Amino acid sequence: MSLISPWRADFPGILALAAEGQTYLDSAATAQKPQAVLDALLGYLASGVANVHRAQHLPGERATRAFEATRSQAAQWLNAARAEEIIFTRGTTESLNLLAYGLEHLLQPGEQIVISALEHHANLLPWQQLAKRRGLELVILPLDDAGSIDLQQAARLIGTRTRLLAVSQLSNVLGRWQPLDELLALARTQGALTVVDGAQGAVHGRHDLQALGCDFYVCSSHKLYGPDGVGLLYGRREALGQLQHWQFGGEMVLDADYHEARFRPAPLGFEAGTPAVSAVIALGAALNWLNGLDHAAVARHEATLHAELLAGLQARDGVRLLGQPQLALASFCVDGVHNADLAHLLSEQGIAVRAGHHCAMPLMKGLGLSGAIRVSLGLYNDGEDLQRFFSALDNALELLR
Amino acid sequence: MSLPVAAQEALAAFAACLGWEQRARLLMQWGERLAPLSDAERVDEHRVHGCESLVWLIAERSGEHLHFRASSDARLLRGLLAVLLARVDGLPRAELASVDLVDWFNQLGLQRQLSPSRSNGLNAVLQRMRELAGRPA
Ligand SMILES: Cc1ncc(COP(=O)(O)O)c(C=O)c1O
Repeated sequence: MSLISPWRADFPGILALAAEGQTYLDSAATAQKPQAVLDALLGYLASGVANVHRAQHLPGERATRAFEATRSQAAQWLNAARAEEIIFTRGTTESLNLLAYGLEHLLQPGEQIVISALEHHANLLPWQQLAKRRGLELVILPLDDAGSIDLQQAARLIGTRTRLLAVSQLSNVLGRWQPLDELLALARTQGALTVVDGAQGAVHGRHDLQALGCDFYVCSSHKLYGPDGVGLLYGRREALGQLQHWQFGGEMVLDADYHEARFRPAPLGFEAGTPAVSAVIALGAALNWLNGLDHAAVARHEATLHAELLAGLQARDGVRLLGQPQLALASFCVDGVHNADLAHLLSEQGIAVRAGHHCAMPLMKGLGLSGAIRVSLGLYNDGEDLQRFFSALDNALELLR
Repeated sequence: MSLPVAAQEALAAFAACLGWEQRARLLMQWGERLAPLSDAERVDEHRVHGCESLVWLIAERSGEHLHFRASSDARLLRGLLAVLLARVDGLPRAELASVDLVDWFNQLGLQRQLSPSRSNGLNAVLQRMRELAGRPA
């Protein structure tokens, strides 16, 4: 019997794509949205919008209340100690850039920033450029064969000059949980700040940031079944206090003169200008919807789908997986077949998967690959999606070989 | 302006295609017809950047006419290069500038290969071709 997703019917987008003959297996890039998110967006926009944090009028009060409710929900979702530890940004990328500017003043020439070999460009380039600006050393933690950060090497490389560690929770290419507890402990021993890129990790399971004990955690709403244009930056209160302001403008200021100004603390001090009000409100609806799910059932479904994906890939001649994926996605290439050719023929057959370097060029170069195909799963995918993918893969390989 | 003979041939072949499988087979057959480039020609100087696959494009000039040669490490892209060259190879520079290449791929039923989300590199090839054609002799 084919594996069924009880949540599929809640996603008009996945149903519309299916009706169009498209099998969507690219949720690690961005996820479809549940009806509750569409309702929240339309509900807010249709009932009268207003700007937040600045007006005394009723619509402004209502918008601000809904906007701030999402902050509290996000704090609960991540088990932050308080709502003020959540800053709204445009996404993971902006959150990381904020950190790279906001923490710049704490770093002195010759000190080290440590990242890993599997980082998405979003968690590489802001640090690389910061290192160039400040004369810092960027240290890259190597991986083991499975695709996890190598802890023995990490223990050697994280040292007294390390001031900041920034690593992914779950790799967008290799699909493995990274050993955060151990890595964060190594960094803390050196008194280094810790940043976790949760863009992929936040989507799978629930995470307790107080238990994890990182200084900063970042993720994107659009991968978490919410609208695009919103991201979260969690910071422990003490860590947030060390951030320097980075974007300047409306609502982040306490007092302004022509030549001097004083700024608000986090979170509002880091939310200059009008935020994505409707998207933030709809993210609240996404979190609410997610909260209502049976998490054990979601985890079981995702694990079964993933096991089926791996089994199907491994059963095919010449298919080589990148690392040993544990959940959510699998990247692969096929011996003797160019991944661009395979991508072309999969898309001809209505299979929406990602091909290329997956915004991790140094990782791909390190693996000696020019690119790979990535299949990624959302909770709305089902066994038939996988069957359609596999039959398209077989057709494509037959043509190409 | 009448269509070059190779272009007429491509048009007839692709118009008769039923479905994606035939189209893919045909593209691969056309790709086999590309004159191979030597190792000395597959160098960075001739690389078209902005493609996820490796693509090389070389323009040779005889008088006002341009002769293009191209290749790629990806087979379907070689086919796309072949039908592109079929349309433009040997044209005088002035005529090359006025060929509507988007329309050409439309006529072949290959318009999706030019969509802006594609990273296959065909768009980058077209741009590079225009640059090469625009260079003074
Ligand atoms: C691990 C990881 N980090 C960062 C990002 C960047 O996220 P965004 O594009 O939403 O800013 C992504 C998105 O693909 C990702 O997978």
